[in-house]
Amino acid sequence: MSFANTLHAEWIKLRSVRSTWYTLACLVVVGLGITALAASASGAGYPDLSPEDKAVWDPTSLSLRSYIVAQLVIGVLGILVVTSEFATGLMQTTLNATPRRSRLLAAKVALTTAVAVVVGEVLMVAAFTLGQLILAARDAPHASLGDPGVLPAVLGGGLYLAAIGLLAIGLGTILRSTAGALATLVGIVFIVPGFGGLFPDWLQKVLLFWPTQGGAAVLATVPDPDLPHPWLYLGGMSLGIVAVVAAGFVLFRRRDV
Amino acid sequence: MTRIEVRGLTKRYGSETVVDDLSFAVEPGQVTGFLGPNGAGKSTTMKMITGLALPTRGSVTIGGRRYADLPVPLTEVGALLDAGAVDGHRKAYDHLLALAVSNGIPRRRVGEVLARTGLESVAGKRTGGFSLGMRQRLGIAATLLGDPRVLIFDEPVNGLDPEGIRWIRDFMRALAAEGRAVLVSSHLMSEMAQTADHLVVIGRGRLIADTSMDALVTGGGQGTVLVRTPDRAVFARRLVAAGAAVRESLESSLIVSGLSSAEIGALAATHGAVLSELTPQRASLEDAFMELTRDSVEYQEVAR
Repeated sequence: MSFANTLHAEWIKLRSVRSTWYTLACLVVVGLGITALAASASGAGYPDLSPEDKAVWDPTSLSLRSYIVAQLVIGVLGILVVTSEFATGLMQTTLNATPRRSRLLAAKVALTTAVAVVVGEVLMVAAFTLGQLILAARDAPHASLGDPGVLPAVLGGGLYLAAIGLLAIGLGTILRSTAGALATLVGIVFIVPGFGGLFPDWLQKVLLFWPTQGGAAVLATVPDPDLPHPWLYLGGMSLGIVAVVAAGFVLFRRRDV
Repeated sequence: MTRIEVRGLTKRYGSETVVDDLSFAVEPGQVTGFLGPNGAGKSTTMKMITGLALPTRGSVTIGGRRYADLPVPLTEVGALLDAGAVDGHRKAYDHLLALAVSNGIPRRRVGEVLARTGLESVAGKRTGGFSLGMRQRLGIAATLLGDPRVLIFDEPVNGLDPEGIRWIRDFMRALAAEGRAVLVSSHLMSEMAQTADHLVVIGRGRLIADTSMDALVTGGGQGTVLVRTPDRAVFARRLVAAGAAVRESLESSLIVSGLSSAEIGALAATHGAVLSELTPQRASLEDAFMELTRDSVEYQEVAR
Protein backbone atom coordinates (compact mmCIF):
# COMPACT_ATOMS: atom_id res chain seq x y z
CA MET A 1 0.00 0.00 0.00
CA SER A 2 1.59 3.24 -1.11
CA PHE A 3 0.90 6.91 -1.63
CA ALA A 4 0.20 6.10 -5.29
CA ASN A 5 -2.65 3.78 -4.22
CA THR A 6 -4.15 6.47 -2.02
CA LEU A 7 -3.81 9.08 -4.76
CA HIS A 8 -5.40 6.77 -7.35
CA ALA A 9 -8.31 6.03 -4.98
CA GLU A 10 -8.87 9.74 -4.42
CA TRP A 11 -8.90 10.32 -8.17
CA ILE A 12 -11.57 7.62 -8.58
CA LYS A 13 -13.64 9.31 -5.90
CA LEU A 14 -13.23 12.74 -7.47
CA ARG A 15 -14.13 11.66 -10.99
CA SER A 16 -17.05 9.45 -9.96
CA VAL A 17 -19.33 12.17 -8.60
CA ARG A 18 -21.16 14.43 -10.99
CA SER A 19 -20.67 17.49 -8.82
CA THR A 20 -17.00 17.54 -9.84
CA TRP A 21 -17.92 17.85 -13.50
CA TYR A 22 -20.77 20.30 -12.86
CA THR A 23 -18.37 22.49 -10.89
CA LEU A 24 -15.79 22.42 -13.67
CA ALA A 25 -18.44 23.16 -16.31
CA CYS A 26 -19.68 26.04 -14.20
CA LEU A 27 -16.11 27.32 -13.94
CA VAL A 28 -15.68 27.41 -17.71
CA VAL A 29 -19.09 28.94 -18.44
CA VAL A 30 -18.94 31.60 -15.73
CA GLY A 31 -15.25 32.32 -16.22
CA LEU A 32 -15.44 32.79 -19.96
CA GLY A 33 -18.85 34.46 -19.75
CA ILE A 34 -17.52 37.20 -17.53
CA THR A 35 -14.49 37.65 -19.76
CA ALA A 36 -16.73 37.94 -22.83
CA LEU A 37 -18.98 40.54 -21.23
CA ALA A 38 -16.14 42.58 -19.72
CA ALA A 39 -14.04 42.57 -22.90
CA SER A 40 -17.03 43.41 -25.03
CA ALA A 41 -18.11 46.37 -22.89
CA SER A 42 -14.59 47.73 -22.35
CA GLY A 43 -13.67 47.26 -26.00
CA ALA A 44 -16.72 49.20 -27.11
CA GLY A 45 -15.93 52.00 -24.67
CA TYR A 46 -12.25 52.30 -25.62
CA PRO A 47 -12.62 55.20 -28.12
CA ASP A 48 -14.28 57.34 -25.42
CA LEU A 49 -11.47 56.85 -22.85
CA SER A 50 -9.38 59.82 -21.75
CA PRO A 51 -5.71 59.86 -22.89
CA GLU A 52 -4.59 58.99 -19.35
CA ASP A 53 -6.86 55.97 -19.24
CA LYS A 54 -5.67 54.93 -22.68
CA ALA A 55 -2.08 55.09 -21.40
CA VAL A 56 -2.77 52.44 -18.73
CA TRP A 57 -4.97 50.28 -20.97
CA ASP A 58 -4.07 46.66 -20.09
CA PRO A 59 -5.96 44.23 -22.35
CA THR A 60 -4.37 41.20 -20.64
CA SER A 61 -5.54 42.12 -17.16
CA LEU A 62 -8.95 42.97 -18.57
CA SER A 63 -9.43 39.53 -20.12
CA LEU A 64 -8.32 37.74 -16.94
CA ARG A 65 -10.71 39.63 -14.66
CA SER A 66 -12.91 36.52 -14.45
CA TYR A 67 -10.52 35.14 -11.81
CA ILE A 68 -12.63 36.99 -9.25
CA VAL A 69 -15.51 34.56 -9.67
CA ALA A 70 -13.45 31.60 -10.84
CA GLN A 71 -11.63 31.47 -7.50
CA LEU A 72 -14.91 30.84 -5.70
CA VAL A 73 -15.80 27.95 -7.99
CA ILE A 74 -12.37 26.39 -7.56
CA GLY A 75 -12.77 27.00 -3.83
CA VAL A 76 -16.01 25.01 -3.81
CA LEU A 77 -14.24 22.14 -5.54
CA GLY A 78 -11.43 22.13 -2.97
CA ILE A 79 -13.79 22.41 0.00
CA LEU A 80 -16.00 19.54 -1.20
CA VAL A 81 -13.06 17.14 -1.56
CA VAL A 82 -12.92 17.06 2.23
CA THR A 83 -16.28 18.24 3.57
CA SER A 84 -18.42 15.97 1.38
CA GLU A 85 -16.81 13.04 3.18
CA PHE A 86 -17.60 14.49 6.59
CA ALA A 87 -21.16 15.38 5.55
CA THR A 88 -21.98 11.88 4.31
CA GLY A 89 -19.96 10.00 6.92
CA LEU A 90 -17.86 8.47 4.15
CA MET A 91 -14.78 9.68 6.04
CA GLN A 92 -15.21 6.75 8.46
CA THR A 93 -15.12 4.25 5.62
CA THR A 94 -12.20 6.06 4.00
CA LEU A 95 -10.17 6.13 7.21
CA ASN A 96 -10.87 2.47 7.92
CA ALA A 97 -9.33 1.72 4.53
CA THR A 98 -6.52 4.27 4.91
CA PRO A 99 -5.86 4.82 8.61
CA ARG A 100 -2.70 6.85 7.93
CA ARG A 101 -4.38 10.18 8.04
CA SER A 102 -1.48 12.33 6.89
CA ARG A 103 -1.12 10.19 3.80
CA LEU A 104 -4.81 10.47 3.06
CA LEU A 105 -4.90 14.24 3.44
CA ALA A 106 -1.65 14.61 1.49
CA ALA A 107 -3.24 12.67 -1.39
CA LYS A 108 -6.30 14.91 -1.30
CA VAL A 109 -4.13 18.04 -1.24
CA ALA A 110 -1.91 16.82 -4.06
CA LEU A 111 -4.82 15.78 -6.25
CA THR A 112 -6.85 18.94 -5.69
CA THR A 113 -3.87 21.17 -6.27
CA ALA A 114 -2.98 19.33 -9.46
CA VAL A 115 -6.53 19.61 -10.76
CA ALA A 116 -6.69 23.28 -9.76
CA VAL A 117 -3.39 24.08 -11.51
CA VAL A 118 -4.50 22.41 -14.75
CA VAL A 119 -8.00 23.87 -14.66
CA GLY A 120 -6.75 27.30 -13.57
CA GLU A 121 -4.15 27.49 -16.34
CA VAL A 122 -6.57 26.23 -19.00
CA LEU A 123 -9.17 28.75 -17.90
CA MET A 124 -6.72 31.65 -17.85
CA VAL A 125 -5.32 30.82 -21.31
CA ALA A 126 -8.85 30.39 -22.68
CA ALA A 127 -10.03 33.63 -21.07
CA PHE A 128 -7.03 35.51 -22.44
CA THR A 129 -7.56 34.15 -25.95
CA LEU A 130 -11.30 34.86 -25.93
CA GLY A 131 -10.83 38.31 -24.42
CA GLN A 132 -8.24 39.35 -27.03
CA LEU A 133 -10.43 38.05 -29.88
CA ILE A 134 -13.33 40.18 -28.65
CA LEU A 135 -11.15 43.27 -28.13
CA ALA A 136 -9.76 42.82 -31.63
CA ALA A 137 -13.26 42.54 -33.03
CA ARG A 138 -14.09 45.85 -31.28
CA ASP A 139 -10.96 47.45 -32.80
CA ALA A 140 -9.53 48.09 -29.32
CA PRO A 141 -5.79 47.53 -28.69
CA HIS A 142 -5.18 43.92 -27.72
CA ALA A 143 -2.29 41.69 -26.67
CA SER A 144 -0.80 38.38 -27.75
CA LEU A 145 0.88 35.75 -25.58
CA GLY A 146 4.30 36.73 -26.95
CA ASP A 147 4.04 40.37 -25.79
CA PRO A 148 6.20 41.45 -22.83
CA GLY A 149 4.71 40.45 -19.46
CA VAL A 150 1.71 38.65 -20.94
CA LEU A 151 2.74 35.02 -20.44
CA PRO A 152 3.74 35.53 -16.76
CA ALA A 153 0.41 37.26 -16.13
CA VAL A 154 -1.62 34.44 -17.70
CA LEU A 155 0.37 31.66 -16.01
CA GLY A 156 0.46 33.57 -12.71
CA GLY A 157 -3.34 33.83 -12.83
CA GLY A 158 -3.58 30.05 -13.09
CA LEU A 159 -1.21 29.61 -10.14
CA TYR A 160 -3.25 32.09 -8.12
CA LEU A 161 -6.38 29.99 -8.71
CA ALA A 162 -4.54 26.81 -7.69
CA ALA A 163 -3.42 28.51 -4.46
CA ILE A 164 -7.02 29.39 -3.66
CA GLY A 165 -7.96 25.72 -4.27
CA LEU A 166 -5.30 24.77 -1.72
CA LEU A 167 -6.62 27.33 0.77
CA ALA A 168 -10.12 25.87 0.29
CA ILE A 169 -9.03 22.32 1.11
CA GLY A 170 -7.28 23.61 4.24
CA LEU A 171 -10.42 25.45 5.36
CA GLY A 172 -12.57 22.39 4.60
CA THR A 173 -10.32 20.19 6.74
CA ILE A 174 -10.32 22.59 9.66
CA LEU A 175 -14.04 23.44 9.62
CA ARG A 176 -15.39 20.06 8.34
CA SER A 177 -18.54 21.74 7.07
CA THR A 178 -19.22 22.91 3.52
CA ALA A 179 -21.19 25.98 4.53
CA GLY A 180 -18.71 27.06 7.19
CA ALA A 181 -15.71 26.64 4.93
CA LEU A 182 -17.37 28.43 2.01
CA ALA A 183 -18.47 31.34 4.20
CA THR A 184 -14.93 31.64 5.54
CA LEU A 185 -13.48 31.54 2.04
CA VAL A 186 -15.83 34.30 0.88
CA GLY A 187 -14.87 36.30 3.97
CA ILE A 188 -11.18 35.92 3.25
CA VAL A 189 -11.40 36.59 -0.46
CA PHE A 190 -13.99 39.36 -0.60
CA ILE A 191 -14.85 40.80 2.78
CA VAL A 192 -11.55 41.32 4.58
CA PRO A 193 -9.95 43.19 1.64
CA GLY A 194 -12.93 45.58 1.71
CA PHE A 195 -11.95 46.67 5.22
CA GLY A 196 -8.33 47.17 4.21
CA GLY A 197 -8.62 50.95 4.20
CA LEU A 198 -9.67 50.98 7.87
CA PHE A 199 -6.56 49.21 9.08
CA PRO A 200 -3.29 50.77 10.30
CA ASP A 201 -0.50 51.21 7.77
CA TRP A 202 1.60 48.18 8.72
CA LEU A 203 -1.46 45.92 8.49
CA GLN A 204 -2.33 47.35 5.09
CA LYS A 205 1.15 46.33 3.89
CA VAL A 206 0.53 42.79 5.16
CA LEU A 207 -2.87 42.83 3.50
CA LEU A 208 -1.22 43.35 0.13
CA PHE A 209 -0.35 39.66 0.40
CA TRP A 210 -3.94 38.76 1.27
CA PRO A 211 -5.79 36.69 -1.38
CA THR A 212 -7.33 38.98 -4.07
CA GLN A 213 -5.84 42.14 -2.55
CA GLY A 214 -2.59 41.94 -4.50
CA GLY A 215 -4.13 39.69 -7.15
CA ALA A 216 -4.26 42.59 -9.57
CA ALA A 217 -0.45 42.64 -9.44
CA VAL A 218 -0.20 39.12 -10.82
CA LEU A 219 -2.57 39.73 -13.70
CA ALA A 220 -1.14 43.08 -14.81
CA THR A 221 1.42 43.43 -17.55
CA VAL A 222 2.17 47.00 -16.43
CA PRO A 223 3.45 46.81 -12.83
CA ASP A 224 1.70 49.00 -10.26
CA PRO A 225 4.35 50.51 -7.93
CA ASP A 226 1.95 50.30 -4.97
CA LEU A 227 1.54 46.51 -5.28
CA PRO A 228 4.16 43.86 -4.46
CA HIS A 229 6.02 42.18 -7.32
CA PRO A 230 3.76 39.42 -8.73
CA TRP A 231 6.01 36.55 -7.65
CA LEU A 232 6.57 38.14 -4.26
CA TYR A 233 2.80 38.42 -3.91
CA LEU A 234 2.16 34.79 -4.92
CA GLY A 235 4.96 33.62 -2.60
CA GLY A 236 3.73 35.62 0.39
CA MET A 237 0.14 34.54 -0.07
CA SER A 238 1.22 30.91 -0.49
CA LEU A 239 3.10 31.02 2.82
CA GLY A 240 -0.10 32.00 4.60
CA ILE A 241 -2.03 29.28 2.79
CA VAL A 242 0.59 26.67 3.68
CA ALA A 243 0.13 27.65 7.34
CA VAL A 244 -3.65 27.07 7.03
CA VAL A 245 -3.10 23.69 5.39
CA ALA A 246 -0.54 22.73 8.06
CA ALA A 247 -3.10 23.52 10.76
CA GLY A 248 -5.52 21.29 8.84
CA PHE A 249 -3.03 18.39 8.95
CA VAL A 250 -2.51 18.77 12.70
CA LEU A 251 -6.25 18.81 13.43
CA PHE A 252 -7.05 16.01 10.98
CA ARG A 253 -4.52 13.72 12.65
CA ARG A 254 -5.73 14.48 16.13
CA ARG A 255 -9.51 14.54 15.93
CA ASP A 256 -11.88 11.60 16.33
CA VAL A 257 -14.05 10.91 13.30
CA MET B 1 -4.84 -16.83 14.13
CA THR B 2 -6.01 -13.25 14.21
CA ARG B 3 -7.86 -12.06 17.27
CA ILE B 4 -8.92 -8.68 18.59
CA GLU B 5 -7.61 -7.86 22.01
CA VAL B 6 -9.01 -4.97 24.01
CA ARG B 7 -7.08 -4.04 27.15
CA GLY B 8 -8.10 -1.47 29.73
CA LEU B 9 -9.82 0.62 27.07
CA THR B 10 -11.12 3.94 28.35
CA LYS B 11 -12.66 6.90 26.54
CA ARG B 12 -13.57 10.18 28.14
CA TYR B 13 -15.28 13.15 26.57
CA GLY B 14 -14.71 15.96 29.04
CA SER B 15 -15.89 14.69 32.39
CA GLU B 16 -18.08 11.97 30.88
CA THR B 17 -16.59 8.47 30.76
CA VAL B 18 -18.13 6.68 27.78
CA VAL B 19 -15.96 3.57 27.90
CA ASP B 20 -14.51 2.57 31.25
CA ASP B 21 -11.54 0.21 31.59
CA LEU B 22 -12.92 -2.36 29.15
CA SER B 23 -11.02 -5.59 28.46
CA PHE B 24 -12.11 -8.53 26.32
CA ALA B 25 -10.99 -10.60 23.36
CA VAL B 26 -12.66 -11.57 20.10
CA GLU B 27 -11.61 -15.05 19.01
CA PRO B 28 -11.49 -16.47 15.49
CA GLY B 29 -14.03 -19.03 14.29
CA GLN B 30 -16.95 -17.65 16.25
CA VAL B 31 -19.42 -14.82 16.32
CA THR B 32 -18.87 -12.62 19.35
CA GLY B 33 -21.95 -10.62 20.24
CA PHE B 34 -21.23 -7.18 21.66
CA LEU B 35 -24.29 -6.36 23.64
CA GLY B 36 -25.48 -3.46 25.69
CA PRO B 37 -28.32 -0.99 26.00
CA ASN B 38 -28.28 2.11 23.79
CA GLY B 39 -25.60 4.53 24.90
CA ALA B 40 -23.54 1.80 26.59
CA GLY B 41 -20.43 2.68 24.58
CA LYS B 42 -20.53 -0.04 21.92
CA SER B 43 -20.04 2.23 18.92
CA THR B 44 -17.31 4.23 20.65
CA THR B 45 -15.50 0.99 21.46
CA MET B 46 -15.75 -0.14 17.84
CA LYS B 47 -14.43 3.22 16.66
CA MET B 48 -11.46 2.83 18.94
CA ILE B 49 -10.85 -0.70 17.65
CA THR B 50 -10.61 0.62 14.08
CA GLY B 51 -8.66 3.74 14.94
CA LEU B 52 -11.41 6.30 14.21
CA ALA B 53 -11.37 7.46 17.82
CA LEU B 54 -8.33 7.69 20.04
CA PRO B 55 -8.55 5.95 23.45
CA THR B 56 -8.01 8.11 26.50
CA ARG B 57 -6.29 5.08 28.03
CA GLY B 58 -5.72 1.45 27.20
CA SER B 59 -5.06 -0.29 23.92
CA VAL B 60 -6.59 -2.36 21.15
CA THR B 61 -4.61 -4.76 19.01
CA ILE B 62 -5.63 -6.84 16.03
CA GLY B 63 -3.32 -9.80 15.54
CA GLY B 64 -0.92 -8.03 17.88
CA ARG B 65 -0.84 -4.70 16.03
CA ARG B 66 -2.62 -1.40 16.37
CA TYR B 67 -5.13 -0.74 13.59
CA ALA B 68 -3.18 2.26 12.29
CA ASP B 69 -0.08 0.07 11.98
CA LEU B 70 -1.73 -2.56 9.78
CA PRO B 71 0.17 -2.37 6.48
CA VAL B 72 -2.88 -3.23 4.33
CA PRO B 73 -5.89 -2.77 6.65
CA LEU B 74 -8.65 -4.07 4.39
CA THR B 75 -6.89 -7.43 3.99
CA GLU B 76 -6.89 -7.92 7.75
CA VAL B 77 -10.01 -6.20 9.08
CA GLY B 78 -13.35 -5.48 7.48
CA ALA B 79 -15.39 -3.00 9.48
CA LEU B 80 -18.92 -1.78 8.89
CA LEU B 81 -19.65 0.84 11.51
CA ASP B 82 -22.33 2.80 9.67
CA ALA B 83 -24.06 1.61 6.52
CA GLY B 84 -24.89 5.23 5.74
CA ALA B 85 -21.19 6.09 5.49
CA VAL B 86 -21.22 6.32 1.70
CA ASP B 87 -21.60 9.25 -0.67
CA GLY B 88 -25.02 8.74 -2.25
CA HIS B 89 -23.89 10.54 -5.42
CA ARG B 90 -21.42 7.78 -6.22
CA LYS B 91 -22.21 4.52 -7.96
CA ALA B 92 -21.87 1.36 -5.87
CA TYR B 93 -19.16 0.02 -8.17
CA ASP B 94 -17.07 3.21 -7.96
CA HIS B 95 -17.44 3.34 -4.17
CA LEU B 96 -16.03 -0.17 -3.87
CA LEU B 97 -13.42 0.41 -6.57
CA ALA B 98 -11.95 3.41 -4.75
CA LEU B 99 -11.73 1.38 -1.53
CA ALA B 100 -10.11 -1.57 -3.33
CA VAL B 101 -7.59 0.62 -5.15
CA SER B 102 -6.65 2.43 -1.92
CA ASN B 103 -5.45 -0.92 -0.54
CA GLY B 104 -3.96 -2.25 -3.77
CA ILE B 105 -6.67 -4.91 -4.01
CA PRO B 106 -7.24 -6.16 -7.58
CA ARG B 107 -10.22 -4.71 -9.44
CA ARG B 108 -11.85 -8.13 -9.99
CA ARG B 109 -12.52 -8.36 -6.24
CA VAL B 110 -15.12 -5.61 -6.64
CA GLY B 111 -17.16 -7.85 -8.93
CA GLU B 112 -16.70 -10.79 -6.60
CA VAL B 113 -17.95 -9.05 -3.47
CA LEU B 114 -20.85 -7.53 -5.38
CA ALA B 115 -21.80 -11.07 -6.41
CA ARG B 116 -21.43 -12.47 -2.91
CA THR B 117 -23.74 -9.80 -1.48
CA GLY B 118 -26.25 -10.04 -4.32
CA LEU B 119 -25.71 -6.48 -5.56
CA GLU B 120 -24.51 -7.14 -9.13
CA SER B 121 -27.66 -5.76 -10.68
CA VAL B 122 -27.32 -2.39 -8.91
CA ALA B 123 -23.54 -2.02 -9.24
CA GLY B 124 -23.98 0.84 -11.74
CA LYS B 125 -26.57 2.70 -9.67
CA ARG B 126 -25.87 5.65 -7.40
CA THR B 127 -26.16 4.56 -3.78
CA GLY B 128 -28.36 7.48 -2.76
CA GLY B 129 -31.37 5.56 -4.04
CA PHE B 130 -30.54 2.38 -2.14
CA SER B 131 -32.84 0.95 0.51
CA LEU B 132 -31.40 0.45 3.99
CA GLY B 133 -31.04 -3.26 3.31
CA MET B 134 -29.11 -2.61 0.10
CA ARG B 135 -26.86 -0.15 1.87
CA GLN B 136 -26.14 -2.74 4.56
CA ARG B 137 -25.21 -5.19 1.82
CA LEU B 138 -22.99 -2.60 0.17
CA GLY B 139 -21.28 -1.96 3.49
CA ILE B 140 -20.76 -5.70 3.96
CA ALA B 141 -19.44 -5.99 0.40
CA ALA B 142 -16.84 -3.33 1.29
CA THR B 143 -15.73 -5.27 4.37
CA LEU B 144 -15.12 -8.38 2.24
CA LEU B 145 -12.95 -6.68 -0.42
CA GLY B 146 -9.65 -7.71 1.17
CA ASP B 147 -10.87 -11.16 2.33
CA PRO B 148 -10.03 -10.20 5.95
CA ARG B 149 -9.69 -12.58 8.92
CA VAL B 150 -11.48 -10.18 11.24
CA LEU B 151 -14.91 -8.61 10.69
CA ILE B 152 -16.59 -5.93 12.74
CA PHE B 153 -20.24 -4.92 12.35
CA ASP B 154 -22.05 -2.25 14.35
CA GLU B 155 -25.80 -2.94 14.64
CA PRO B 156 -25.98 -4.54 11.19
CA VAL B 157 -29.64 -5.56 11.38
CA ASN B 158 -31.00 -2.27 12.69
CA GLY B 159 -34.02 -1.26 10.68
CA LEU B 160 -33.97 -4.25 8.35
CA ASP B 161 -36.99 -6.30 7.32
CA PRO B 162 -37.16 -9.95 8.46
CA GLU B 163 -35.70 -11.21 5.22
CA GLY B 164 -32.73 -8.85 5.50
CA ILE B 165 -32.20 -9.81 9.14
CA ARG B 166 -32.19 -13.48 8.21
CA TRP B 167 -29.71 -12.87 5.40
CA ILE B 168 -27.27 -10.99 7.61
CA ARG B 169 -27.60 -13.52 10.43
CA ASP B 170 -26.78 -16.42 8.09
CA PHE B 171 -23.96 -14.39 6.60
CA MET B 172 -22.33 -13.81 10.00
CA ARG B 173 -22.60 -17.51 10.79
CA ALA B 174 -21.02 -18.39 7.46
CA LEU B 175 -18.13 -15.95 8.00
CA ALA B 176 -17.39 -17.44 11.43
CA ALA B 177 -17.63 -20.96 10.02
CA GLU B 178 -14.87 -19.95 7.60
CA GLY B 179 -12.65 -19.41 10.63
CA ARG B 180 -12.93 -15.61 10.81
CA ALA B 181 -13.29 -13.61 13.99
CA VAL B 182 -16.64 -11.80 13.83
CA LEU B 183 -17.64 -9.04 16.25
CA VAL B 184 -21.28 -7.91 16.01
CA SER B 185 -22.91 -5.32 18.21
CA SER B 186 -26.57 -5.14 19.10
CA HIS B 187 -28.83 -3.79 21.78
CA LEU B 188 -31.23 -6.71 21.31
CA MET B 189 -30.52 -9.91 23.17
CA SER B 190 -33.00 -11.83 21.04
CA GLU B 191 -30.91 -10.96 17.99
CA MET B 192 -27.72 -12.20 19.61
CA ALA B 193 -29.41 -15.41 20.72
CA GLN B 194 -29.75 -16.37 17.07
CA THR B 195 -26.26 -15.41 15.98
CA ALA B 196 -23.61 -15.31 18.66
CA ASP B 197 -21.45 -18.04 20.19
CA HIS B 198 -19.90 -15.75 22.71
CA LEU B 199 -21.18 -12.63 24.41
CA VAL B 200 -19.50 -9.49 25.67
CA VAL B 201 -22.05 -7.43 27.57
CA ILE B 202 -21.39 -3.84 28.56
CA GLY B 203 -23.41 -1.17 30.32
CA ARG B 204 -22.42 2.43 30.92
CA GLY B 205 -19.06 1.68 29.35
CA ARG B 206 -18.15 -1.09 31.78
CA LEU B 207 -17.82 -4.80 31.21
CA ILE B 208 -20.78 -6.68 32.70
CA ALA B 209 -20.25 -10.14 31.30
CA ASP B 210 -17.79 -11.94 29.05
CA THR B 211 -19.25 -15.38 28.64
CA SER B 212 -20.23 -18.11 26.25
CA MET B 213 -23.87 -18.11 25.24
CA ASP B 214 -24.54 -21.47 26.95
CA ALA B 215 -23.03 -20.35 30.23
CA LEU B 216 -25.18 -17.26 30.25
CA VAL B 217 -28.41 -19.20 29.80
CA THR B 218 -27.70 -21.86 32.42
CA GLY B 219 -25.72 -19.78 34.89
CA GLY B 220 -27.06 -16.31 34.72
CA GLY B 221 -30.75 -17.15 34.74
CA GLN B 222 -30.98 -18.97 38.10
CA GLY B 223 -32.69 -22.06 36.69
CA THR B 224 -35.80 -23.11 38.52
CA VAL B 225 -37.84 -26.28 38.21
CA LEU B 226 -41.59 -26.53 38.05
CA VAL B 227 -42.94 -29.51 39.99
CA ARG B 228 -46.51 -30.81 40.09
CA THR B 229 -47.53 -33.47 42.53
CA PRO B 230 -50.78 -34.60 44.21
CA ASP B 231 -49.37 -34.47 47.77
CA ARG B 232 -47.94 -31.05 47.44
CA ALA B 233 -47.44 -30.05 51.08
CA VAL B 234 -45.59 -33.21 51.99
CA PHE B 235 -43.24 -33.09 49.04
CA ALA B 236 -42.58 -29.40 49.58
CA ARG B 237 -41.31 -30.19 53.10
CA ARG B 238 -39.06 -32.91 51.73
CA LEU B 239 -37.65 -30.47 49.16
CA VAL B 240 -36.93 -27.86 51.79
CA ALA B 241 -35.29 -30.52 53.95
CA ALA B 242 -33.04 -31.34 50.96
CA GLY B 243 -31.92 -27.73 50.79
CA ALA B 244 -34.16 -26.27 48.11
CA ALA B 245 -36.15 -23.06 48.17
CA VAL B 246 -39.78 -23.70 47.32
CA ARG B 247 -42.67 -21.46 46.56
CA GLU B 248 -46.18 -22.27 45.53
CA SER B 249 -47.33 -21.35 42.11
CA LEU B 250 -50.42 -21.49 39.95
CA GLU B 251 -52.62 -24.59 39.70
CA SER B 252 -51.06 -26.28 42.70
CA SER B 253 -47.58 -26.42 41.28
CA LEU B 254 -44.28 -25.72 43.03
CA ILE B 255 -41.40 -23.61 41.78
CA VAL B 256 -38.19 -25.08 43.13
CA SER B 257 -34.79 -23.46 43.07
CA GLY B 258 -31.51 -24.78 44.42
CA LEU B 259 -31.98 -28.32 43.12
CA SER B 260 -31.71 -29.61 39.59
CA SER B 261 -34.60 -31.51 37.99
CA ALA B 262 -32.52 -34.73 38.21
CA GLU B 263 -32.04 -34.25 41.95
CA ILE B 264 -35.73 -33.56 42.46
CA GLY B 265 -36.61 -36.70 40.46
CA ALA B 266 -34.27 -38.78 42.59
CA LEU B 267 -35.75 -37.30 45.76
CA ALA B 268 -39.26 -38.20 44.60
CA ALA B 269 -38.17 -41.77 43.82
CA THR B 270 -36.59 -42.16 47.26
CA HIS B 271 -39.76 -41.07 49.03
CA GLY B 272 -42.17 -42.74 46.64
CA ALA B 273 -43.80 -39.42 45.74
CA VAL B 274 -45.85 -39.26 42.55
CA LEU B 275 -44.90 -36.45 40.18
CA SER B 276 -47.26 -35.39 37.44
CA GLU B 277 -44.86 -32.78 36.05
CA LEU B 278 -41.16 -32.00 36.38
CA THR B 279 -40.07 -29.17 34.09
CA PRO B 280 -36.80 -27.21 34.20
CA GLN B 281 -37.59 -23.52 33.62
CA ARG B 282 -34.92 -22.07 31.40
CA ALA B 283 -34.56 -18.41 31.99
CA SER B 284 -34.96 -16.68 28.66
CA LEU B 285 -31.93 -14.87 27.27
CA GLU B 286 -33.94 -11.71 27.42
CA ASP B 287 -34.43 -12.20 31.17
CA ALA B 288 -30.75 -12.90 31.64
CA PHE B 289 -29.83 -9.76 29.74
CA MET B 290 -32.27 -7.57 31.65
CA GLU B 291 -30.91 -9.02 34.87
CA LEU B 292 -27.37 -8.21 33.82
CA THR B 293 -27.95 -4.69 32.61
CA ARG B 294 -30.59 -3.62 35.09
CA ASP B 295 -28.23 -1.27 36.89
CA SER B 296 -26.65 0.19 33.81
CA VAL B 297 -29.48 1.27 31.57
CA GLU B 298 -28.80 4.86 30.72
CA TYR B 299 -32.27 6.24 31.30
CA GLN B 300 -33.99 4.09 33.84
CA GLU B 301 -37.65 4.30 34.59
CA VAL B 302 -38.20 6.10 37.84
CA ALA B 303 -39.12 3.58 40.52
CA ARG B 304 -42.64 3.96 41.70
